[in-house]
Amino acid sequence: MHIMEGFLPHPWWEIWFAIAIPFVAFGIYKLTKIAKQIPEAKPLLALMGAFIFVLSSLKLPSVTGSTSHPTGTGLAAVIVGPWITSVLSVIVLIFQALLLAHGGLTTLGANVFSMGIAGPFLAYGIWKVAKRTNLPSSVGIFLAAFLGDLFTYVITSAQLALAFPTAAGFMDAFIKFGGIFAITQIPLAIGEGILAVIMFDFLAKYKGQLLAAMKVIKLPTINRNQEEKTQ
Amino acid sequence: MNSKYYIVLIVAVVILFAIPLIILPNAEFGGADSSAENAISDQGYEPWFTSIWEPPSAEIETLLFSLQAAIGALIIGYFIGYERGKRAKLKQQNPAP
Repeated sequence: MHIMEGFLPHPWWEIWFAIAIPFVAFGIYKLTKIAKQIPEAKPLLALMGAFIFVLSSLKLPSVTGSTSHPTGTGLAAVIVGPWITSVLSVIVLIFQALLLAHGGLTTLGANVFSMGIAGPFLAYGIWKVAKRTNLPSSVGIFLAAFLGDLFTYVITSAQLALAFPTAAGFMDAFIKFGGIFAITQIPLAIGEGILAVIMFDFLAKYKGQLLAAMKVIKLPTINRNQEEKTQ
Repeated sequence: MNSKYYIVLIVAVVILFAIPLIILPNAEFGGADSSAENAISDQGYEPWFTSIWEPPSAEIETLLFSLQAAIGALIIGYFIGYERGKRAKLKQQNPAP
């Protein structure tokens, strides 16, 4: 989903910055608020940042004969919320833009929007619906991470199609870019969904009370055992 | 959910990413990001800005990608080990009746 440096012409790179900045600004506000109100949540923030770091560094092979990488932002959106996830994505994307020439500073706004805002918000919404309809948490987490990952690439395709419509227009270009990203991404998104479930189950088991305090889960839905009471 | 369930999940992930390597022995496995880049360049577009710094070789790029993964994995491993250790210590102090 990395749009390479310089690959978004005026006015698109400015537009995506303008859209992304308010989300990130509010994310920074939420981040400082949660660090003050629930200091125990700080290691969780680091953990979610680390999860995004690992997953977005893995260029994985796909059935299309090309490689792409997962995002890790779906799980983060569920655990720390989509606003804070946008801030974590900014950190990862700046690291990759400056040190790896992967993505870019001029395309940062667009990349933050696809990976740090659109995907996470969809994932968060899916998790909310899954919770309300009482789906098992592993199904909810899988769907959130899987669809959040795919949606990030749908947005990247749309961003490129808007900036580079073909002679036949936006839809034609959208299908062209979607063809490059979408099918490649499906197995990766499945893998991301499974890894997210494993990480989530660990957190629910060991950090159940903290997740309940952060309103991610309700305690009766998980195993309330002795250790958690004494935490 | 016991540990067997998670072993099955992890093996499933490994198989998922081994399959393309096995069924497509001649594929190039280039990045989808660069395919999109090429598709745009084919339309005659010239990027108006280039990266401030680029890794001087593929080896250095791999080094930095590995570093990114290592930093993340270090934090995740520390967190998991810390929480498990804390839980084990609690169990030792208050053995279940």
